[in-house]
Amino acid sequence: MNARTTRVLQCSAVLVAAGLVLTACGSSDDSSSSEKSPSFSGRGPITFAAAKDSSGVVQKVIDSWNEEHPKEKVTFIQLPADVNQQRQQMIQNAETKSDAYTVLWLDAVWTSEFAAHQWIDQLPAAQFPLDEMLKPVVETAKYRDNLYAVPHHSDGGVLYYRSDLLKKAGVSAAPTTWAQMQAACAKVAKLPEAEDMDCYAGQFQKYEGLTVNFSEAVNSAGGVITDANGKPNVDTPEAKKGLDFLVDSFKDGTIPKEAITYQEEEGRQAFQSGKLVFLRNWPYVYAQAEKSEVAGKFAVAPLPGLNGAGSSTLGGHNVALSSFAKNKATALDFMKFFTSQDSASTFLKDASMAPPYDSLYGDQAMVKQYPYLAALKESILNAVPRPQVVQYGDATSAIQQEAYAALNGDKSSAQALKDLQSELQKLATK
Amino acid sequence: MVDAKTPPDAAAVRPSGAAPRRAGRPAAPVRFRGGQKRATAGSGRMAALLVSPTLLVLTVVVLYPTIMALRESLYGAKGLDPETGFISDTEPFVGLQNYVDIFGEAGDRFWNAFWNTTFFTVVTVGLETVIGVAMALIMHKAFQGRALVRASILIPWAVPTAISGLLWRWIFNSDGIANALIGQQVLWTTEGFHAKIAVIIAEVWKTAPFIGLLVLAGLQVIGKEVYEAARMDGASPVRQFWHITLPLVKPALLVAVLFRCLDALRMFDLPYLLVGAQKNSVETLSMLAQNEASNVRFGPAAAYAVILFLYVFLIALGFVRLLGADVVGDGGTARKAKRKGRLRRAPAPGRAEVSA
Repeated sequence: MNARTTRVLQCSAVLVAAGLVLTACGSSDDSSSSEKSPSFSGRGPITFAAAKDSSGVVQKVIDSWNEEHPKEKVTFIQLPADVNQQRQQMIQNAETKSDAYTVLWLDAVWTSEFAAHQWIDQLPAAQFPLDEMLKPVVETAKYRDNLYAVPHHSDGGVLYYRSDLLKKAGVSAAPTTWAQMQAACAKVAKLPEAEDMDCYAGQFQKYEGLTVNFSEAVNSAGGVITDANGKPNVDTPEAKKGLDFLVDSFKDGTIPKEAITYQEEEGRQAFQSGKLVFLRNWPYVYAQAEKSEVAGKFAVAPLPGLNGAGSSTLGGHNVALSSFAKNKATALDFMKFFTSQDSASTFLKDASMAPPYDSLYGDQAMVKQYPYLAALKESILNAVPRPQVVQYGDATSAIQQEAYAALNGDKSSAQALKDLQSELQKLATK
Repeated sequence: MVDAKTPPDAAAVRPSGAAPRRAGRPAAPVRFRGGQKRATAGSGRMAALLVSPTLLVLTVVVLYPTIMALRESLYGAKGLDPETGFISDTEPFVGLQNYVDIFGEAGDRFWNAFWNTTFFTVVTVGLETVIGVAMALIMHKAFQGRALVRASILIPWAVPTAISGLLWRWIFNSDGIANALIGQQVLWTTEGFHAKIAVIIAEVWKTAPFIGLLVLAGLQVIGKEVYEAARMDGASPVRQFWHITLPLVKPALLVAVLFRCLDALRMFDLPYLLVGAQKNSVETLSMLAQNEASNVRFGPAAAYAVILFLYVFLIALGFVRLLGADVVGDGGTARKAKRKGRLRRAPAPGRAEVSA
């Protein structure tokens, strides 16, 4: 027995030693590569890593590039449809300093994080037609006033409403304030066909959508989450008015109780089955609602606010260049091509992706195809980006945590904002 | 390691008398203990040579990641340089700070996750054991349509957890079947105790068949004559269950419960999909570690993972030492006495062979 124990011990000692040697090997290459200034040199095949594309339009645009550049072909790497998994895979790629992904399709809120970690290269702003793009959209591609990505498509929240019912109830125009919206609901509620309907819903489940809806409420009431210098400043009377709108709406039934479980899809289904008069959602809903039983009975308006038009947050994606990639000259050319006005118009036409280019919103053919474009443009122009912080994951968790507690009635809105402020401050000093 | 040492010399000395052993029994039980046959230096070296590929693979796939995780847990998150706005390249070495933090102010979330994990494990495994044993008893009975019942009981186990998580999310939707059945609107996927209940129901539905399956295997090796004798003595079915079925099926049941405990302690996908990430009511240790890692704080994530590992390890050790669960099928120290007796006698029919 004793002899065996010693042998076991010896074996494990050897194993541990072997493990340590391996560990040492694994960590030694950490220090080697630390080039700072991007050079954009090298031509040849590159890759483009983006979310799974069900419309096929991304491949179509890449194909047209490949036809013209047979020696600098782009391979489309499809990442999972889930945003968190996309981010995960891109981070893994960056942490291992792999050159597998050249051009990255980044969610607009990831720019700061990726730039601060130096996972993406700073880009020459002069080489991209940023002046022709909507200003708030360009802001999402910057970190500390330097350009780290190029806007590819944008997205803003809009208000869907039942134009047929509003008309019947004698409300002539879409509401521009929350009070008008509630008044319109009160009138609609008197109609016999609106008996079981609820007034308003957005996305209030505890996930990224709640961060969006909370930010919009705060911004639409004149508050901010982070100020112009990036400092958290959410414990203000304005922000409280914004949060109170949501909290009180839940209390008085303006927002149905079950909306606390709604993500985009649940809200869309409720609206389409005629349960809601007003719905805050993204433009993608338009095409689907046109095929449902509310087809022709609804219209789109910019988001309402406390004292006038509200402000949306910005969705959308930017393209960025991985710091660890090869053939960066080709990559830069491809990024220019991919974000050009021509490409943007294809993406709008085939996949209803809102373009960053101002002029496309006035294009008659496009307006005919997407009647909501005017409302969307206004929404994007009034938009405030979600907090641009490096630890965006932590910031959005903190926002969800506190906003959810307030909506659920676990905390007063004042307390929730106070706690949120201190949480965000802790993050800022980390 | 100890195991792997036996085959070479065992094969060399094993007499042809191995033939009468029952078919399907693994070769492992025949072992030489107490220095009956000391390995010579030469055969020892041969043995080391033969097992070295296994050890190498184990080193690469088990030991290396474990050591890396331990090492990583001693590092903190990368800091942000306020001047340049860039995150530093290297993670600072913080020693045991990640572990110390758990007992500090920031530990609330950890302890919440810890208790959730423990609560889920105790409640789900408890319910699964009761329901699983009941299922096994039903599956074991001979009646018409038995094959159909057996198959249908096993379906939940065959459905991937990710899918069943989505299925249950529809059931627990605000307009879902669950609310239609109970006749009032419970918002299951919001924070609160009802979210825990939703997870428990889905988890028990999914994994009770696992225990049922393993217990069924145990039931099938109990001899009919034992029950006949009990009936002769006038034992009621309830008494038969408590005094015959349960003790004889205990080895199989313990292994099943042990596996379920280890599984439940690692619970991740079901609450993640059914209720959602970062919900305090259902956040488990695995979810917490995943969340930290996804926010690029690998140090704390590794520390949580290491603690979970130790927790799982202690539970497994407790099962093996205190309750005598026989996991590998070769009998730990707790069963040695029994085994020696059995080697001398004819093979006893009462033991379930469960190995995974």
